[in-house]
Amino acid sequence: MPDEAPVLEMRKISKVFPGVKALSGVDFRLFRGEVHAIMGQNGAGKSTLVKVLTGVHEQDAGEILLEGKAIRPSSPLAAQRLGISTVYQEVNLCPNLSVAENILVGRQPMRFGRIDWKELNRRAEEALRRLNVEIDVTLALSSCSIAIQQMVAIARVLDVSSKILILDEPTSSLDEAEVERLFALIRTLRDQGLAILFITHFLDQTYSISDRITVLQNGLFCGEYRTAELPKLELIAKMLGKELSEFSYAAEHAARKKEAATARKEGPDLLRVRKLGLRGSIAPFDLDLGEGEVLGLAGLLGSGRTEMAKLLFGIDSADQGEVEVKGKKANISSPRAAMMIGMGFCSEDRKNEGVFGELTVRENIVLALQVRRGMLKSIPYAKQLEIADGLIASLKIKTPSAENAAFQLSGGNLQKVMLARWLATNPTVLILDEPTRGIDVGAKLEIMELILNLSKQGMGVIFISSEFEEVARCSGRIAVLKDHAKIGELSGQDVDERKIVRTIAEGG
Amino acid sequence: MASVRSLMRSRLVWPLAALACLFLFNLFFTPNFFAMEVKEGHLYGNLIDIIKNAAPIMLLAIGLTLVIATRGIDISVGSVVAISAGVVAILLGGDLAGQPKYPVPVAIGAALLVSTAAGVWNGLLVSRIGMQPIIATLILFVAGRGIAMVFTNAMVIWLYVKPFAIFGQGYLLGLPFSLYLVAVMLALTALVTRRTAIGLFIEAVGINPTAARFSGINAKNMLLGVYTFTGFCAGVSGLVVCSTVMSADGNNAGNLFELDAILAVVLGGTSLNGGKFYLFGSMIGALIIQTLTTTIYAFNVPPEISQVVKALVVYAVSLLQSEKFRAKVAGVFARGRAAA
Amino acid sequence: MTRRLLESRNLSILATLALFLLMFGAGSTAFSGFFSVQNFLNLFIDNAYLLIIAVGMTFVIISGGIDLSVGSMLGLATMISASLVEKSHLNPLLVILIVLSIGTALGFFMGCLIQFFDLPPFIITLAGLYLGRGLCYVVSIDTIAISDPFFDRAAHSQIPIIGGAFLSPSAVIALVVAAVGAYVLRFTRFGRTVYAMGGNEQSALLMGLPVARTKIGIYALSGFCSALAGVVFTFYTLSGYALDGKGMELDAIATVVIGGTLLTGGVGNALGTVVGVLVYGTIQVLIVFQGTLNSWWTRIVIGFLVFVFCLLQRVFEARKGTTVVRGVSREPAAMAGH
Repeated sequence: MPDEAPVLEMRKISKVFPGVKALSGVDFRLFRGEVHAIMGQNGAGKSTLVKVLTGVHEQDAGEILLEGKAIRPSSPLAAQRLGISTVYQEVNLCPNLSVAENILVGRQPMRFGRIDWKELNRRAEEALRRLNVEIDVTLALSSCSIAIQQMVAIARVLDVSSKILILDEPTSSLDEAEVERLFALIRTLRDQGLAILFITHFLDQTYSISDRITVLQNGLFCGEYRTAELPKLELIAKMLGKELSEFSYAAEHAARKKEAATARKEGPDLLRVRKLGLRGSIAPFDLDLGEGEVLGLAGLLGSGRTEMAKLLFGIDSADQGEVEVKGKKANISSPRAAMMIGMGFCSEDRKNEGVFGELTVRENIVLALQVRRGMLKSIPYAKQLEIADGLIASLKIKTPSAENAAFQLSGGNLQKVMLARWLATNPTVLILDEPTRGIDVGAKLEIMELILNLSKQGMGVIFISSEFEEVARCSGRIAVLKDHAKIGELSGQDVDERKIVRTIAEGG
Repeated sequence: MASVRSLMRSRLVWPLAALACLFLFNLFFTPNFFAMEVKEGHLYGNLIDIIKNAAPIMLLAIGLTLVIATRGIDISVGSVVAISAGVVAILLGGDLAGQPKYPVPVAIGAALLVSTAAGVWNGLLVSRIGMQPIIATLILFVAGRGIAMVFTNAMVIWLYVKPFAIFGQGYLLGLPFSLYLVAVMLALTALVTRRTAIGLFIEAVGINPTAARFSGINAKNMLLGVYTFTGFCAGVSGLVVCSTVMSADGNNAGNLFELDAILAVVLGGTSLNGGKFYLFGSMIGALIIQTLTTTIYAFNVPPEISQVVKALVVYAVSLLQSEKFRAKVAGVFARGRAAA
Repeated sequence: MTRRLLESRNLSILATLALFLLMFGAGSTAFSGFFSVQNFLNLFIDNAYLLIIAVGMTFVIISGGIDLSVGSMLGLATMISASLVEKSHLNPLLVILIVLSIGTALGFFMGCLIQFFDLPPFIITLAGLYLGRGLCYVVSIDTIAISDPFFDRAAHSQIPIIGGAFLSPSAVIALVVAAVGAYVLRFTRFGRTVYAMGGNEQSALLMGLPVARTKIGIYALSGFCSALAGVVFTFYTLSGYALDGKGMELDAIATVVIGGTLLTGGVGNALGTVVGVLVYGTIQVLIVFQGTLNSWWTRIVIGFLVFVFCLLQRVFEARKGTTVVRGVSREPAAMAGH
């Protein structure tokens, strides 16, 4: 494969946005019959590079060669017509149309001037069969799982004929089995000679599916490697722009801090949960959380961690079980009730469940605190500014001022704003659902440090992350989840990545 | 604080400028537009007419601003105005001697009660049943006028109860009484929404209802509250309308009011997408609409034609507020400059 | 087959059909003289104009938009028809052609504003309502009676169907429009694009569908239907009156909703709309037969029915627990910004 000419070549691509140099002289090569991953932190430039390729942006310098010919796609549609197809995380299909129609809409087969539905369904079935998928194509797309919807999206773009397939974060909403199925499909397509560009945050998946990796850091091209020849630690180091040795020191340092911090303190349990459950969401479980403790919830995607968190915080209503907070029975029937007894919750879906884009950073931060105070007693403006500025400083939130609208901030900083919101309420129990997802490695370490500091101050933290290494690094104890049930608990020496994996494999 | 004020100012600049343009136009082209005289102990003139005619819409716009801020809409307000007018008229009675069937306060109270109940109905449909606001309020829009007509038995009810006339026709310290009503409602609403956290919560619910709920805001109650309040506003508006013509016409009272009110809110800077709202801007929006109508009237154009002008104004304002339009115009200018 | 039937969209039409049969049946048992073929056909004759408007409205609502100008466009059509025929003495067929062109052009104009400048349909068609109504008065403030023989014939012709029962030319036109509408929605790419836009306009764009053309076309079509409905209305009333069609947009929306089309877009069809109009017409006839009730009760009953249907739609949505295709669209309640 590397001997023939690449099907796609991007040479010395530069792109500048007001105040930000997104890309500086970046090179990228893609060959037929390979899966190529682009890795980099948020702000490294990988989404910009892809947007230049798919015609969303136009580069300021450099050229793009498709099969040796220079191209300059002016829009996603133009890129598609050139053979560059993209399937995004948000599937971009029409949920009300049938599966068959989603594949063929705009190109429906006609007969005597009208749409031939029978032929349409047949062609759709054929397109899906090429991907080893067999479903009733007359069903509405909305009645299919996200995994199937993604397959339909892929079937559609391939049916139009593609030279290059770009998959942008395709696995974020899939469970383990669905990921495997998708990967099997990707491998089939690759073996058929398709050039595939794979973008993901999941390190493990990158190693599982990609043949080669291109690393970007701060808008600069760091290198192109064969996956098999690049150790994980080295990849992370390159993404961070740090030296390998630096990195392991940081990890060691964190481990030592953790030992001191996450040890259980004396005193009554902050949280005592017995047989709390919701049919269809999570099986009845027990949970204990002591003062100053960090409890990690570990499990694979789809194991029920967010469901558990939402049940604890009152977003969903349990149909059985009871909860005691600081020794007193509590009826947590709504987020409001949970908040009033001193709990806080950072959702994993910060865009749809956390951030108020049009409100200022200050307003975003003081909102929960204001709710606690009640809607009639407004917090004086000066105090609001004081609280906001304090948290902006301590969390190192990058914003010109507290009065900027939240939508101007990047993903990582939005995560910190959400964190700030709950820290402002001084909760006794803080639930963090994937606080490190989708943010750069530097900020990740900052947040993990923060969690350890909070637990030192006596806060009880429930920490959810899909990266087992992270959970192990931060938690004093771990509850292991699998298939919507809690299957075990690890403490002391057992709190490590391998033990988690073993528990999941053997337990449940 | 300074930056917040400048933010508010920037949204209000457009509607104020529009109003100023209208006044400027009238200054040059309309004879005696700004003329005011004192007659029968109160001020009299075009400007006074504008305020009096805009009052019912302004009252509606106060409530609607909050509803729209929650990313909602209420198209039933016109029908509720008719219902309110109908209720007060029936209870006051058509007695030629001016003797009310029920005491005036009772009649007013009943009308306000019924309209607030209508607001509660809308609010429950939206907050508890989870219906889309346009669908939920569509029901009362369609049925409400029917209800009003059934109340008034499809007849126009004339009123002769003198004290009641003050709402729509009375004057206080030389200025129309309805102006004071509007001012009081506006002041109270502004105070409640800005001095407490209610305004912030309303905006939060409009920007991101899920996040609002997760932050502990009782979004359901906030929604119920704004629709109930709008029902109340429609009730007050209905009183003013009924009082102005001393009659209740179930078919025509409040006709097209909802459209004027929504327009006023949009002209005033509040986005139909919900979020930040501007009460004062909505008042200016209502004044713009009314000034336009009065200007046209002053030129002896038949009043129905004013609707054509209103439509064209809406198109013009919408275009100006449209980013795409502004971008295209800017592009044309840039090309012109480059060519020069 | 059963599974298809039980899919919520088809269930909706069945519910509407059941409702209609129930009402018609109830009327037949309660009132003598109610049950007759002619009475059934009268539903089409008396509501032909509403059916035509509703078909156009169906397209608009499925695409996720709304058209509030249809009522006043109908009025404008009646005014222009009456004026051109009676005052300018033009050939009736030419007049109809002119009127249809004007309606389509106005719809086209609004569609362009909505599409090219991203303006909310709610506001633009609302202004269109003002515009149309105002233009009605520009034509004439008074009613214009029509005495032209062509219109007269159109008003009084009877097209025999079964036995002694007949349909009017207007009713036939309306049924043809409904049939064409159903065909276009099901069997043309234009129609399928309408559904796609209603499902997710962003996706439709990214999928390469001609969204711009289609959106403008939808509003032009609605304008055409309003104008045609206006012509048909003049056959019915033999006059042009500036207040014709006042409030009709709401009737149209109500019948479309009762017919099973979702106001949120993406789901619906023309057949459902036809049944919705039948339900509307039956309510009016029931009230007339009842005799004592204020005819305004029609409004109340329609409002109640809209409530029930929307409630059912809401319940269905909640129970299905639809798998949301990620990528939340921030749709404001007034369907602005489509």
